[in-house]
Amino acid sequence: MNKLVNWVDERLPIVDAWNKHVGKYYAPKNFNMWYFFGSLAMLVLVNQLVTGIWLTMSYNPTAEGAFASVEYIMRDVEWGWLLRYLHSTGASAFFVVVYLHMFRGLMYGSYQKPRELIWIFGMLIYLVLMAEAFMGYLLPWGQMSYWGAQVIVNLFGAIPVIGDDLSLWIRGDYLISGITLNRFFALHVVALPIVLLGLVVLHILALHEVGSNNPDGIDIKKNKDENGIPKDGIPFHPYYTVHDLLGVGVFFFIFFIVVFFFPEMGGLFIEKPNFEPANALKTPDHIAPVWYFTPFYAMLRAVTIDLFGLDAKFWGVVVMGAAIAILFVLPWLDRSPVRSMRYKGWLSKIALTIFAISFIVLGYLGIVPATEGRTTVAQILTTLYFLYFILMPFYTRMEKTKPVPERVTG
Amino acid sequence: MMRKLIVGLFIAILPALGLAAGASVPLDTMEPDHTNKASLQRGAALFTNYCMGCHSMEYARYKRVSDDLGIPAELYEENLIFTGAKIGELMKNSMSKEMAASWFGAPPPDLTLESRLRGEDWIYSYLRGFYKDESRPLGVNNVVFENVGMPHVLTGLQGLCAVEPRIGEGASVDPLSGDVRNADICPEWETEGSMEPEEFNRAMYDLTNFMSYMGDPVKVERERLGMFVLIFVAIFFIFAYLLNREYWKDVH
Repeated sequence: MNKLVNWVDERLPIVDAWNKHVGKYYAPKNFNMWYFFGSLAMLVLVNQLVTGIWLTMSYNPTAEGAFASVEYIMRDVEWGWLLRYLHSTGASAFFVVVYLHMFRGLMYGSYQKPRELIWIFGMLIYLVLMAEAFMGYLLPWGQMSYWGAQVIVNLFGAIPVIGDDLSLWIRGDYLISGITLNRFFALHVVALPIVLLGLVVLHILALHEVGSNNPDGIDIKKNKDENGIPKDGIPFHPYYTVHDLLGVGVFFFIFFIVVFFFPEMGGLFIEKPNFEPANALKTPDHIAPVWYFTPFYAMLRAVTIDLFGLDAKFWGVVVMGAAIAILFVLPWLDRSPVRSMRYKGWLSKIALTIFAISFIVLGYLGIVPATEGRTTVAQILTTLYFLYFILMPFYTRMEKTKPVPERVTG
Repeated sequence: MMRKLIVGLFIAILPALGLAAGASVPLDTMEPDHTNKASLQRGAALFTNYCMGCHSMEYARYKRVSDDLGIPAELYEENLIFTGAKIGELMKNSMSKEMAASWFGAPPPDLTLESRLRGEDWIYSYLRGFYKDESRPLGVNNVVFENVGMPHVLTGLQGLCAVEPRIGEGASVDPLSGDVRNADICPEWETEGSMEPEEFNRAMYDLTNFMSYMGDPVKVERERLGMFVLIFVAIFFIFAYLLNREYWKDVH
């Protein structure tokens, strides 16, 4: 075995790579439960890839055959129902862990210098993931697949001058059709997963270059022992590999409760109208995107005024785009001298709390049908969402921060 | 015990997630039981005899139903396949979609997934919700599905209610004892059927139960397997916990 490793290592630096990324990658010893979600995202990604490959073996990407082939997978393919539920639940689980992973970043300032690039790669992953999920949702070719895609692609039509041609170009047809299904399938199973994997590699390479942040937001590399090892650092393997197994256990327990007992999650993970085949002549009573898109959908619907001679729908699209775009510049909005929420002032704490509540309530408002009162609430919450970012340069500088300890705590 | 706890917990949480189901017609509740094979068999017989002339179940196969419900293949082929199909084939029917559209306005929908699209409560209420309405082309209407294009196929069994039947006032069938409560939903009958109200309610319970099974045929197996998976994960967690504790002893 050793001889084989040496033989390979003389030709490919595998020992070096193992040490750099696992065996001698020193991570702060004070990670808390918020630090499980990065590795869990990797786990879900692997689940999506593996189940996805096997689903592709029985799926038929045509308008005529797609819906029936999904039921064929559910009924006639050995373990097909399990593959499909693992994949559909995995899609939602991916967003759950990614949202928690991002919230961790916000809480402990993980985007601050020198981790700006990690944050940007992470945001790109989030963007690709949204595209991946959106295109994947069309594939079962149910009513909600169809009309959800119709609504979202039509959003591009709100862009002045080029809008109509642009949405026509995306669909490849005058309405969502088998042509759209084919290209979404190609993008979903080939193009986007390649981009996603590349971005994940970049995200991790950038992380391992500068090292992990921690709940105290302290740079552990400032305090090294005589061997040049950070005093507060421990090797990722075995300490965090065994530690992450705990997270995997808890995650799987919850994940499998959904997969085996509530695969539709009461209509949140698989929407009821999707049990009816796509029908271009019949619009469902209420079109709602899947839960992970609903905060942005609520923002889109919250914009109800025409401005500068342009449709409210256009400004809704602008707001929705800006809500995601503004996350990219976050590292440059935070002017605080400290990273972690533990040492930031109460203004930052209140701002983050309001932001999180706004996002969750917007998510709820995006699921339910709009009423006048709900739209007003959505408008207020959308404003609060943006204020969190726009005011950040001010409140992070104004507030009094607590002194940061030399060494990590807890 | 554990399974009940988990199921109970989630049922308690789900309404809080606040999914607006849309239509707000009051419905009777129907609690399906996919382990009750006698009920599923009776439901299969009713479906084949009364529904399948117009409605297909084209995503499912006869063989699967015959296996899952414990109906011998020969018996099934003789009594429950009318189209001359082989038992391994999909459950289609012989009505052409074009013809059906001209007869009813729209072709009768495939019903394989109806229980997952509408829910069991809806089906159970709909089946019992027909009443006489001369203003409609077929002479009947439905309190659950207004201006429905479907005739009251089960008139011979239920009879025809002269006025709107009372749906959503607590009529139910207890899946364990088979007891029927508040079955008498029609105050005034136009014509009487061959079944007593209790009998008809029980029949509709069976039919709905069968449709519920057809929508999700793997449910019983899935939940059985799920328990083993959860137990495995729980044991895995114990070992992971001990391993983690052992390693982290050195970290101060």
